[in-house]
Amino acid sequence: MATKAIVGEKVGMTQIWDEQQRVVPVTVVKVAPVRVVRVKTPEAEGYSALQVTYGMRRPNLLNKPEKGHYDKAGVDPGRRLVELRLEDTSGYEVGQEIDAGILEAGEKVDVTAISKGKGFAGGMKRHNFKGQGASHGNHKKHRAPGSIGGCATPARVFKGTRMAGRMGAARVTTLNLEVVAADPERELVLVKGAVPGPRGGLVLIRNAVKVSK
Amino acid sequence: MNPTDLVDRASLRDDVPEFSPGDTLKVHVRVVEGNRERVQVFQGAVIRRQGGGVRETFTVRKVSFGVGVERTFPVHSPMIAKIERVTEGDVRRAKLYYLRDRIGKAAKIKEKRTLTR
Repeated sequence: MATKAIVGEKVGMTQIWDEQQRVVPVTVVKVAPVRVVRVKTPEAEGYSALQVTYGMRRPNLLNKPEKGHYDKAGVDPGRRLVELRLEDTSGYEVGQEIDAGILEAGEKVDVTAISKGKGFAGGMKRHNFKGQGASHGNHKKHRAPGSIGGCATPARVFKGTRMAGRMGAARVTTLNLEVVAADPERELVLVKGAVPGPRGGLVLIRNAVKVSK
Repeated sequence: MNPTDLVDRASLRDDVPEFSPGDTLKVHVRVVEGNRERVQVFQGAVIRRQGGGVRETFTVRKVSFGVGVERTFPVHSPMIAKIERVTEGDVRRAKLYYLRDRIGKAAKIKEKRTLTR
């Protein structure tokens, strides 16, 4: 499991040059300092995690339970509460601030976000089906999925058969992306390659868990 | 302003001269051979300039030993040591792809005449 994690906001993609003067595609993530609101431990909650908040929220917008929760921790209310699952939370305490400085250039990270919603999508887009021929007498079935099963046996469609349906807007994790730069002063992290989700979307960054040594 | 401008500003160069399609340029390219670095000049006509911001690129075409050679460079690439404008061309298109089908005198670009009075 991850040993460190942080929350950010996807800003967009651009490119920079590395020291060999090659172009590197990067995603810019704005990582403002997060404040620890609660530390979850295996003894008390059965697993270890950090509950953190980021940004600012006007106190009059909070309801009473939310206000009580922030007051108990003695932390300024933020945009929302996010839970970061960690291997070990013993080094953290309530009220502590964590910033982009926990990440460093060259490190591998996993990035989790809610992907862009694609709406009701057909089999070709959703499951990479091949579709059917463009010609050879094909009539109005160019993007159709084809057969979805047998006939009298089994006389039903098996569960889990891949078909058209809602696509996207799901939690997606992209593994082993490289951190190109982490700048706590400008609150920016540059991650090599693409990151799931729309611009302005919430992004969770944690150190890579499946990295091969 | 784009949201990523904050990051892009560091990669943008401010020493890029003004040039447009039709102009003849000398592009001084840094070439790394082993540990040694030297500068190679690529001279030719700009046939295309596209994109914006850090992603902007331009294509230079020259005819070398009877073979057309085109190289595309990012405008803000650190690989370019210097860009020199040799002549200013008088063209009516933004993309000069028609030069690829022409050889010899037909592939010549008129030079822009500026009023001197």
